[in-house]
Amino acid sequence: MRPPSRVREMPILRVVARALVPVILLFGLYVQFHGDFGPGGGFQAGVIFAAGLIIFALTFGVEALRQVVSVVLTERLMAAGVLLYGAVGVLAMFLGGEFLNYTALDPLTTGHHGQHLGIIAIELGVGIAVAATIMRVYYAFVGRRPNGDGEPREPALGAEQGGGAS
Amino acid sequence: MTSAQWFSGLWAYWLIIALMMVGLYIVIARDNLIKKVMGLNIFQAAAILFYVTMAKVTGGTAPIVPHDPAHPGGHGEHGILYSNPLPHVLMLTAIVVGVATTALALALAVRIHGDYGTAEEDEAVIYDREHT
Amino acid sequence: MIEKILVLEVVLPLLAAPVCVLVRHPRLCRLFSLGVVAVCFAIAVAVLLEVRGGGVISYQLGGWPPPLGIEYRVSTVNAYLLALVTAMALVVMSFDSRGGPPRVPEQRRHLYYAVFLLCISGLLGITITGDAFNIFVFLEISSLSSYILVSLGGHRRAVMSAFYYLVMGTIGGVFFMLGVGLLYQVTGTLNLRDIAARLEPSLDDRGTVLALALLVVGISIKLAVFPLHHWLPNAYSFAPPKVSAFLAATATKVSFYLLAMVLFTIFGAPFVFEELRLQAVLLPLSILAMFLASGAAIFQADLRRLLAYSSVAQIGYMTLGLSTANATGLAGGLVHLFNHAVMKGGLFLVVACLLYRVGSVHIDALAGIGRRMPFTSAALVIGGLSLIGVPGTVGFVSKWYLVSGVLERGWTAAAVLILLSSLLALVYVGKVVEAVYFRKPAETQPIDHVREAPLGMLAPAWVLAVAAVFFGLTTNWTYGVAREAAELLLAGGI
Repeated sequence: MRPPSRVREMPILRVVARALVPVILLFGLYVQFHGDFGPGGGFQAGVIFAAGLIIFALTFGVEALRQVVSVVLTERLMAAGVLLYGAVGVLAMFLGGEFLNYTALDPLTTGHHGQHLGIIAIELGVGIAVAATIMRVYYAFVGRRPNGDGEPREPALGAEQGGGAS
Repeated sequence: MTSAQWFSGLWAYWLIIALMMVGLYIVIARDNLIKKVMGLNIFQAAAILFYVTMAKVTGGTAPIVPHDPAHPGGHGEHGILYSNPLPHVLMLTAIVVGVATTALALALAVRIHGDYGTAEEDEAVIYDREHT
Repeated sequence: MIEKILVLEVVLPLLAAPVCVLVRHPRLCRLFSLGVVAVCFAIAVAVLLEVRGGGVISYQLGGWPPPLGIEYRVSTVNAYLLALVTAMALVVMSFDSRGGPPRVPEQRRHLYYAVFLLCISGLLGITITGDAFNIFVFLEISSLSSYILVSLGGHRRAVMSAFYYLVMGTIGGVFFMLGVGLLYQVTGTLNLRDIAARLEPSLDDRGTVLALALLVVGISIKLAVFPLHHWLPNAYSFAPPKVSAFLAATATKVSFYLLAMVLFTIFGAPFVFEELRLQAVLLPLSILAMFLASGAAIFQADLRRLLAYSSVAQIGYMTLGLSTANATGLAGGLVHLFNHAVMKGGLFLVVACLLYRVGSVHIDALAGIGRRMPFTSAALVIGGLSLIGVPGTVGFVSKWYLVSGVLERGWTAAAVLILLSSLLALVYVGKVVEAVYFRKPAETQPIDHVREAPLGMLAPAWVLAVAAVFFGLTTNWTYGVAREAAELLLAGGI
């Protein structure tokens, strides 16, 4: 779906978006990595990052965004983020601790920084999963063909269905 | 507790209860599915506010331990009153649950609109009655 | 050994879901999820054997000791539920529904398995965790995934039912969350055992009573206790049949565990049943459920709706067992969890077989089907007899102990009413059996082309039918565990 031509022809919107989107994405990354020792973290970062990309899609069209991040990629990233989170937990189990016991990750680092390592890896997983999920939800809603005639229709096979699987 | 205190001292709770009932009323009384989802959101927001008011300590600050150069690796100065961070963290989770619920509810509403040609519950019921 | 890997019970299905999303191959995903559920079942059985006789397994997530950290704590009560949920998940998963739910195209079916696994993980999480807010999170994981599963039914009303279920479920979830918040306000902790210990001095606090009310109402919505059951018949009758079988066999059972745990472990039987006299509400509602829902079941023309209303009635039996608050009655309610899961799961799988071959489970459409599908119909009869409570089936076992528990309490009238309500079950089961065996097929709906259901469908249904008879004859395992769990609950433990 392309945005209405009015939006595409608005130079102010396009210029501002072009300038702002990289800043928003950068801010997302800042919130992600600052979450280690201050307010922030994966969830907020993921949402900010996805919001930046959605602003991009709103001004330059969904097709433009799909070329950067395909729908299938968002689905894969959703799963990969959760798996990264889980993998850290299971790794801690293999290293002799409880599930998600970051202290058990100490042997992986030179010093005793298991807690740091664990929280960074987990927040990264959260960030990836959240950003991908928000974008997948956006794609799911925006990708539906408008049902022009307003008449009830037969159940459409293959219609978008991933919205709530987060 | 006098009746004046009963209202003024617990004003936050009365606000939350009112908000909650507004949400519940919308869910029950409105036929439009999107409005129902909005009502559900207000309802959830009231519960989230309840946790946040509960965690607020009068005069308390954000529970971020300040860095103290005098005690590297220490826990900063003592005697600072912090708000309770735990309910806030819990509400982060509850907000995520709310987002997931809203996304799913909207997805279902879109689908209902596709199948019935309407997002009004009463019209959908009539449609079902006519097309069994 | 088992206490080291207890967490895998929840983590395995939780992580298997994203793996399914990555694999994207429907057959591979089906086998994979089946394998994961089988491992979960094995763990659950090992846990149950370990904790029987009063043992407890505690697992500290992230190495944080309770009450600060999240604790997974398993005793006979929740080990019983874990075994029940995983066993039912295994049987239902092994049911070969030939092409998955109607609304999911081939290239998206991997997501269906992912959602199924998430639902299982959520249900197991509710059961296993010893942290109040963690329960809420798992409650919502399982609920959200069951809304999705329900919406996948072929009929357009499936989506409407899923929406309605979502609205009711979310209200229930928020009530539960508020109840937990009030408990946290009163006690300052989220660990269930810690809450129970610290609640003692402030039981008369207004906040405590409000928390109890919110928790009971919230869970009752998810459990479909009589006046709050309205979402259930639609959800169960329009969901894909395999999903109905799974939800009927597990979701309400886990909610029942949650209710029992809140009443007995957190608040304690003396406070709830002697001071507040909750049975004054719970007992009439249970009896109303038994009669009104069974009565509604009689007038249903669709087999799935009939079974769904019967589920509401059966939940009435369970809450009746709860309201007796003595070991026999509570054990009767708990053993009915398993027994009802076996029979209703089996019956919904039979429905899935019939739907696959006949294309409709309208009772008129099933006329004379007994000759064309003898094995499916026989399983239907066994399940039906069990619903009535005929001796030799699991239904009899639960009713026997329920009646004994009620008589122990001195409620003779309630005991008579249990027996009378069985007559209503006789009517609605009789109606189905009459159509299947004794009615001539309608001229307009020839059934000559109908054949017996394929083995991949018939076998799981028959596993449950055989279990319905087997556990009706031997009660050592089911009632033995349920009795132990009931005594533990009455003593305030989990």
